[in-house]
Amino acid sequence: MAELHAGEQIPEVRVTPDKFLTVRYAGASGDFNPIHIDEEFARAVGLPGRILHGLWTMAQVARAQTEAAGGPEHLKRLSVQFRGMGVPEQEVIVSGTVRELAGGRALIDTVAEQDGKQIIRNAEAELEF
Amino acid sequence: MPVNTKAIGKTYEPVVYAVGREKIKEYTRAVGETNPVHLDVGAARDAGYADVVAPPMFAVVYSAPSVGPPIFDPEIELNFAMMVHGGQEFVWGPLVVAGDEITTTASVKDISEQDGRGYYVFESISTNQRGEQVCRGTWTNIVRGV
Repeated sequence: MAELHAGEQIPEVRVTPDKFLTVRYAGASGDFNPIHIDEEFARAVGLPGRILHGLWTMAQVARAQTEAAGGPEHLKRLSVQFRGMGVPEQEVIVSGTVRELAGGRALIDTVAEQDGKQIIRNAEAELEF
Repeated sequence: MPVNTKAIGKTYEPVVYAVGREKIKEYTRAVGETNPVHLDVGAARDAGYADVVAPPMFAVVYSAPSVGPPIFDPEIELNFAMMVHGGQEFVWGPLVVAGDEITTTASVKDISEQDGRGYYVFESISTNQRGEQVCRGTWTNIVRGV
């Protein structure tokens, strides 16, 4: 696990979803909305192409927290706002800053970005030790 | 047109999900988790768990099916074609492991309107076979042009 200090950043998670990630995540999660898996359908409804599942991106934000904390048992709460959309084959970067650390509890302000734009913003994680 | 708020407080039929070891591994790989407690039953047992541990965000797998009925409830009149997932919160209790049976009940927490957008907030409460609350989800869906 990383050493957490108030005011400091947690280690970044950088991940580039490959071309077929959305298909695997659809199967794993049960969310088969065609905007995530069908290029033609996505374009027909005005999207640039297939987009990432917001909850997959949220899972990357969660992973940044559990990796920083040293295990899944430490993550007690995560709230996020979805903005814009993520796309496959471009790097997603999750970053976060420890806002508070006291009494065995840490609050982390965290975001996910792609191509310089926040696709998850105003996210807050609560860790327990 | 104002949003229809009469369904606030309405609760739906519980959804039961049996957590499988291979499903946890499939989900773990799809989200890129590498912690062996999610992938290897030996590592999970060495860490004190009965079986492989679901990553916290696996909550999506066992709780999202409960949110379908409110989204498509005719009493709520939610325009699905114009809906986007605006926000999500999960609050976790004890970790879920393979072999658990999770029961999730969804309810309508709030329906409101602001600046021509409808905000439909659903809550899901998930408990395991021992009655422990393993997750509470708050699902905020935004509908443009209400």
